[in-house]
Formats: sequence, structure tokens, C-alpha cells
Amino acid sequence: MQAEEISRLIGKNTGVVVYEVERGAIRRFADAAGDMNPLYRDDELARESGYETIITPPGFFGWPVKTNNGSALLVAFPPELVQALENAGYPLSSALDAGIEYEYFMPVKAGDRLSVVSTVKNLRERGGKMVFFTMENVYTNETGARVATSQAQYVLRNLASPETANA
Amino acid sequence: MPDQLHWDDVQEGMEITPLEKIATTQMLVKWAGASGDFNPLHYDAGFAASVGAGKPIVHGALKRQWLIQLLTDWMGPSGFLKKFACQYKAMDYPRQMKTMTVPYDGETWQCKGKVLKKYVEGTNHLLDCDVKLINGRGEVTVSGKATVILPAR
Repeated sequence: MQAEEISRLIGKNTGVVVYEVERGAIRRFADAAGDMNPLYRDDELARESGYETIITPPGFFGWPVKTNNGSALLVAFPPELVQALENAGYPLSSALDAGIEYEYFMPVKAGDRLSVVSTVKNLRERGGKMVFFTMENVYTNETGARVATSQAQYVLRNLASPETANA
Repeated sequence: MPDQLHWDDVQEGMEITPLEKIATTQMLVKWAGASGDFNPLHYDAGFAASVGAGKPIVHGALKRQWLIQLLTDWMGPSGFLKKFACQYKAMDYPRQMKTMTVPYDGETWQCKGKVLKKYVEGTNHLLDCDVKLINGRGEVTVSGKATVILPAR
């Protein structure tokens, strides 16, 4: 990828995506992780621990109200980024999760409506075979208070390159 | 409800109560539905082979969630996970299903962690911790770190 194209993509964002934190979705997420913590299921026990209602396991922020155009991933990427990566030989189907960093400012609870903005950071290519990029996600609630931030790291591989196809 | 842990009762170097997990093909389908990650890499053998993974792999985010549970189970209901970071080091593969509900014997993962640092910042009582996920062959496939806030007595 051209250096100028990379610098054009850094800073692009998804715009605001609204996530709703539904009670059933919280339970389903906790169940799928095998996490039986009652704070995610039982309002009374959650209140006894000082929460207004059930909370989410850290890592769950609900679901977008509008779907991401049939994408295979819940997370949204700016369309310019997806297109540019694809043109350079890095389809999203080659993506692997590399890691994530979270910072939390308050618990996420049932009934929250979060506004999420995801911004491209730190895009770089290595040897024409791999692309690394980070999406910074900022979660705010209805009162405008910051609930959490995350930095999600992805690796995309040029599947046409024999060395990466079998990585 | 997990017991409440108090900051006063923790020392640097202390082990976090370990957590054991397994992954099955069925669990990965549940995780896909509950997390919104429908990447066929996690359930379609042909697709996984075509993108170089060999066979379907466990979602990184599910392994992350195991390590988060390691911390939240240990901290108790009034603990607060302030920061969490993890890096996926190697791929993990789920057990296949033998019946509709029972998987074949196979790999078990260990979630482990340790307290590195105990300190106070303003009114918050904090701990910095290391966490890791160890596969059935004793290899670390996810490593991470966390900062938690605990109640003090």
C-alpha cells in the first residue's frame, strides 16, 4: 500500500453506531462464554451488590440497532478502509484478531444505549504480505459520559502470497 | 455469587484462583451467535483451510472472555475491572462433538494469573495483574494484563 494512502486512511471513522444493551443478549453472551456470574442474570443479586440492574460481562457492549449491512462481523469498519485493503490484496476474510486493550470507566448495564465511534489507528504494512491495524472504539452512554474505550488489533494477510497462505 | 475479595487481603505475588475451560465446536457456534462474530473461520473447515488456519479455530474473543472471567470470579461482585489487555499468541482448536451434548475427550485450557503490584491512587485501591491462557500442551496461547479496583476494609 502507498504511504499516502495509509495516511489518508488513518483517522477515518465509522460515525456513531448506536448499541442497545438488551437483557437477553447479556445472558446469551455470558452463557456462550460459560460464565455463570449472577450479576449478569439476577437483578436482585445485582442490586444487593450496589448495581442498579444486571450488568454485562466486561467485553460485551450490546448490539447495534442498525445492522452492519450483512457483514460477518458485529464490529464496524469504515467502508473506505475495507475497500482499500481489498484493493491491496488484503480481504477481510484474511483477518485475524491480534489482541485488544480495554479501559473501563463504569459498568455497562441492561438498558444502556451506547454510542460507539470506531476510528482507524496505526495502520501499517509489512513486506507486502501483512497489514496490521488498530481500531479505537469509544463507548459513551445517553448522558454523554464515557463508559469505555478499546483498541482492537487486527492482522490481515495477503493470501496470494505463498508464505502467508500457510501461516 | 463469587465471594468478595478485599484489597487488604491481597499481596503482591499472589496467584489468582485458576479457572479451567474447554472449547467445543458447539460452543463456538453459540459464541458466534452471542458475540456477532460469524467469521466462517470458526465453523467451516474448508474456509479455515483456505485462509491458512488448517481447521476451524477458537475465537480470540472467547479466549479473552475466559481470562476476563478469571478476573471477575476472583474479584467478587464489587470488584471493578479497570483495564484489560491481551494478545493472541497461537491458534487453539475446539473439541469435536460425540453426541448432541457431549464432546469427545480432548484439550482443556487453564486460565491463570498473578498479582504484580498493589497500590493506591486517589481513593482507589488497585492491583496490576498478569494473566495467561495455557493450552493442553502447556503452551501460552493468550497473554494479558489487567488493572482491577477492589474494595478496602
